[in-house]
Amino acid sequence: MRPLTDEETKVLFEKLTKYIGRNIVHLIDRPDEPYCFRLQKDRVYYVSEEIMRKAATIGRHNLVSLGVCFGKFTKTGKFRLHITALPFLAQYSKYKVWVKPNGEMPFLYGNHVVKAHIGRVTEDMPEHQGVVIYNMADVPLGFGVSARSTVDMRKVDPTGIAVFHQADNGEYLREEDSLF
Amino acid sequence: MGRRARNKQGAPLPLELENKIEGKVTKKLHDRLKHEAQRSRKQKLSAAKQNAKKPEQTKTNGKRKDNSVEPKKAKKIKAQLEEEEESDVEMVQVDGAPEDGWDNAPIESDEDMESMSDFDSSDDQESDAESASDEKVTQMPLSLLESDSDEDENANSDEDSDGDELADSASGSGGMESYDEFDMDSDEEPMTFRDMEKKSRLLDKERAEDEEMAALEVAGAGAVVEGEREVFQLPTEEQVAAEEETPLDLTQVQMRIQEIIRVLNNFAELREDGRSRSDYMAQLQRDMCFYYGYNEYLMEKLLQLFTVSEAVEFFEANEVGRPVTVRTNTLKTRRRDLAQALINRGVNLDPIGKWTKVGLTIFDAPVPIGATPEYMAGHYMIQAASSFLPVIALAPQENERVLDMSAAPGGKTTYCSALMKNTGLVVANDANRERQKALVANIHRLGVANAIVCNYDGREFPKIMGGFDRVLLDAPCSGTGVISKDASVKTNKGPEDFAMLTNLQKELLLSAIDSVSADSSTGGVIVYSTCSVTVEENEAVVNYALAKRPNICLVDTGLDFGRSGFVSFRGRSFHSSLSLTRRFYPHIHNMDGFFVAKFKKTSNKIQTGENEFTVPTGSGVKLKQKKKKRHH
Repeated sequence: MRPLTDEETKVLFEKLTKYIGRNIVHLIDRPDEPYCFRLQKDRVYYVSEEIMRKAATIGRHNLVSLGVCFGKFTKTGKFRLHITALPFLAQYSKYKVWVKPNGEMPFLYGNHVVKAHIGRVTEDMPEHQGVVIYNMADVPLGFGVSARSTVDMRKVDPTGIAVFHQADNGEYLREEDSLF
Repeated sequence: MGRRARNKQGAPLPLELENKIEGKVTKKLHDRLKHEAQRSRKQKLSAAKQNAKKPEQTKTNGKRKDNSVEPKKAKKIKAQLEEEEESDVEMVQVDGAPEDGWDNAPIESDEDMESMSDFDSSDDQESDAESASDEKVTQMPLSLLESDSDEDENANSDEDSDGDELADSASGSGGMESYDEFDMDSDEEPMTFRDMEKKSRLLDKERAEDEEMAALEVAGAGAVVEGEREVFQLPTEEQVAAEEETPLDLTQVQMRIQEIIRVLNNFAELREDGRSRSDYMAQLQRDMCFYYGYNEYLMEKLLQLFTVSEAVEFFEANEVGRPVTVRTNTLKTRRRDLAQALINRGVNLDPIGKWTKVGLTIFDAPVPIGATPEYMAGHYMIQAASSFLPVIALAPQENERVLDMSAAPGGKTTYCSALMKNTGLVVANDANRERQKALVANIHRLGVANAIVCNYDGREFPKIMGGFDRVLLDAPCSGTGVISKDASVKTNKGPEDFAMLTNLQKELLLSAIDSVSADSSTGGVIVYSTCSVTVEENEAVVNYALAKRPNICLVDTGLDFGRSGFVSFRGRSFHSSLSLTRRFYPHIHNMDGFFVAKFKKTSNKIQTGENEFTVPTGSGVKLKQKKKKRHH
């Protein structure tokens, strides 16, 4: 377990900014207790400093997880967000898409969100921005990247892709082996 | 017919049977027992019948007389006698009409009303003519009611056809009667007096035949029952040896198990001369091993735990699964909302019981309960009801430090975290690397943010980290409480496994005790639990820890159900406070077999002579300070 290098921090924050924009400061400066990012076996964990200090006594090989895993660095140095980061992304997300009940399961099976399934969209969403997907009961289902801006989305035919799939709750079942 | 009639009486099974074998028994066993019980019941019944034969008969005869010789019917009989030639069929037809007329009188047309009045009038006339004053009294009021307006019509009504009128009057009176009498009698109306007599004679004859048969049967049955009682004898050694070569079929073994249990329950009377109780037990054990598929060693252990009839229940309960239960993740939702969401998916559910506010039992679900969107969103965890118990006993508080020594797959860990509202720290340890993935996945899915997951042998624990407020040790065990989930336990656990496991459990429990800080203002609690029912893995381990660590004591688990732990077992006596531990059984509580013990640590100091590692870890505060220094 070690703190992130400057390069890694930059990559991570760039990625997070796509989803939560300036809200990223809320992740770092929390009113309750200080939180930090820690790297453990190429996974990035978001954890309170208190817990992080306790975990320091645990050996590198024996520590499996601490706090919340946000994602992992790929071998090429890119950062890949995991579904496990969803609670925090959902809390601070700038752009949101709500899918209708009939679009819920297709998305949870790993498909892109098509226009026909969209129930509601944030107004000023630009193209290729990170969005969090909710169902109509406001339960976050996953996140993705907008394929079109809100304005362009109106012109697309119903089967056209509106949001590219990045991660969804179904991965807890599908990807359990590779996710952790 | 007599036979059938007797069977129809089908009285409920006598209570003594239920006492003898309580709980679920396989259907075949049950049928067999029922049969036996019925036989004995029959015996009693017929004995009683013979005693009460005469009074019963006179009674029924009296009743019949009452029915047949009712004063009201006298007139009807007369009428019938007069027109005997008329066939019964016709009678019925004629009879049917006025009855209908009566019933439907209010809605029938005027014509029908007229005909009705005709009957009435003719009735009156006839009764006048024949001066049967008795009936008149009873029938007058009704006829008066009807005939008030129709008097004139009566006068010029069809007096020309006497025969018809007579018939009408007869049936009319019948109708009246049926009105006066109970509805039941109306069906028998067409029956003539002679028929009645004939029939009653027939019935009497049949009853006599029945009784004869019954008497015969009693004699026969008694002989059979007594014979059977004496017939059951344990197989000789040669027979046993022969059986090993060519095993009996299951039903025979099943019957023998039942017989042995019956003998054992009433040993003094039913035993075979020259055979001791242990002979019976040995045979029972062999048969049960064969029937339920356990190995001898485990069967012996389990039979020691229960009385024979309770053991059968236990084994039967192990053959059927426990209900699927889920625990609401209070970090993300409430039970009411979750229940509603699942009901909307067509799931049939109910709260588990009064003892938990987060549990739901799933009866049936049209969707896979482990793959609903709610499950994926982390709103609930599929978790056996029994694994709620140690966490309820542990009762973690907010901002505490809790250690779960063998955490995978995380049901109890996440429950702890939910009770602590994601504050403080939960250290989830598991020695098995394969199971870590499920543990981490569940922790993340349920939104637990205060957990550290590590992969150590639990016995190393006080060295790695100590000074916890609470420690939960759900020890690795033989799994004799969860045979319904994993039937391989039946055969693959031998004495060496138990020796290994109990040894490990003792070491783990000592480690757990040493990892707790008695200085904790809120906690200082250790909970030891296993999903096993054997005494070696439970009471004996707890007793060992109490002896090794005088600075702990058992406290009440806070679970208001379950059986108390054994204070003594087969000549071994344990610490008296072991009655504070709790045992749960599949056949009683309908959850996995489980054991929960809760300790409270009173002091960090252990007497001298204890090994050195306990001293630094016991004083968790010291360790904490050291750690802090290292980091700042």
